[in-house]
Amino acid sequence: MTKLLQLTNVSAGYDREVVLRDVNFAVNERDFIGVIGPNGGGKTTLIKIILNLLNPLQGTVERFGATNGSFTGYLPQQSHIDKKFPIRVLDIVLSGLMSEKNRFERYSVADKQKVMDLLRRMGIENLALRTTSELSGGQLQRVFISRALIASPKLLILDEPNTYVDNRFESDLYELLSELNKNMAIMIVSHDVGTISYFVKTIACVNRTLHYHLSNVITEEQLTAYNCPLQIITHGDVPHTVLQKHDHHHD
Amino acid sequence: MIDPISGIFAYSFLRHATEAAFLSSISCGIIGAYIVARRMVFISGGITHASFGGIGLGYFLGLNPLLGAAFFSILTALGIRLASKRSEIREDSAIGILWSLGMAIGIIFIFLTPGYAPNLMTYLFGSILTVTPIDLYLMAGLAVFTLLLFTVFYRTILFISFDEEYARSHNAPVETVNYLLLALVALVIVLHIRVAGIILVISYLTIPQTTANIFVSDLKKIMFLSVIISFLGSMSGLIISYYLNIPSGATIIFVFVLIFLVARLFKSLQTRGHMQRSLQDGA
Repeated sequence: MTKLLQLTNVSAGYDREVVLRDVNFAVNERDFIGVIGPNGGGKTTLIKIILNLLNPLQGTVERFGATNGSFTGYLPQQSHIDKKFPIRVLDIVLSGLMSEKNRFERYSVADKQKVMDLLRRMGIENLALRTTSELSGGQLQRVFISRALIASPKLLILDEPNTYVDNRFESDLYELLSELNKNMAIMIVSHDVGTISYFVKTIACVNRTLHYHLSNVITEEQLTAYNCPLQIITHGDVPHTVLQKHDHHHD
Repeated sequence: MIDPISGIFAYSFLRHATEAAFLSSISCGIIGAYIVARRMVFISGGITHASFGGIGLGYFLGLNPLLGAAFFSILTALGIRLASKRSEIREDSAIGILWSLGMAIGIIFIFLTPGYAPNLMTYLFGSILTVTPIDLYLMAGLAVFTLLLFTVFYRTILFISFDEEYARSHNAPVETVNYLLLALVALVIVLHIRVAGIILVISYLTIPQTTANIFVSDLKKIMFLSVIISFLGSMSGLIISYYLNIPSGATIIFVFVLIFLVARLFKSLQTRGHMQRSLQDGA
């Protein structure tokens, strides 16, 4: 299995506060990693390190076979976006090709065709010329997923993708991700441990440091051992494969 | 008999005013759309008022006041960004501080300058009727530069403005573009102090753009429509002020707001018509 990314003894933080300590973590081709952990535990910091948006205070980050930004595709949390910014859907998705373009190079008809193909796949090709203020949260999410995918990244990173998505698209999304996983590694940050566990292959628990769990099944005891307390969202009768009830009937 | 419209253009200062209106519509239309899209109206207001410090300094040293204004406005623009980035001061607080500091410096220097500052009012309220050929050359240069910059780098600017973090993750020159455009905003403001005055220049950068945004919501279209609205508004304001014998700057802004209100009314009537029609279709 080919290694895409290696973090060695990475510590990271902002200003005077160290958020992550001694993270050792590798991503291989076709990995599907669920990143879980409490708020403020460092999930977003980890992603910023991987995306090269933040330099580690200590340790090394190696990206293998990375030539430019198309190494990673990134779906950010929507909260930092100005939803009234005057930009068309077509342009948002084109911006995913930014690092492949020379500053003077124009975007070609082929680039725009690529955008339209992706939008069609997302079921929103009719929105190409609409602007952000005309879209719902779910539609905008599809646009951002298209932007993350257009440069065919080796590693796709999704930060809380299910926050703004309606139920119907949520199941579509996971189906889409499973299919994309045939060609790229995926890291998905989520609070909703129950749902993502159906799809992910491994789990990274992030709370001040990172514990890598090589299965999509994790017990509450293991979470406690990883120092990774979670606010579990219960879905009535929906079974949680991720949280196997510990068997208390020891003999 | 000369018809009234071509009559007023017989005067060279009116010809200059028309050229100034045309050039300022291009620079202010484009840069204003950028300002409005990025929610930079307040920082632009701060830059404008702080430039008064440079005007005062210019008077005191006997230099061209606009030179001092250019120096002060760029310094303020960079100061605001650096203060909010490198220290704990929040951006709007930094704007408040530098805004008033600039004005205070201006007042002190004008007080210290011996004699009466004859055209101080021109800098406060502006006058499109007193632009000189040199002003026009500078404005033309700025308009051409702005137009070129936004033609060649439109998408880079658009992508960075929309989502800085994403652009950074794609190694786009986010800081360079941000600072370059901030400096350009400062220069556009200073060169249009002559036309609109410190107190009114912000109107050229916000009212036509907000009006355009009623009808279109793609940045490029907002830029284009702002230029047109700005030119039509300036010309109508100029003609009205000439015949009513009232100050041109204030009249132009009055016309801008009038266009805005009419556009808003038109849009809401149109929307209501649409809704009624689709309700009837549904029935």
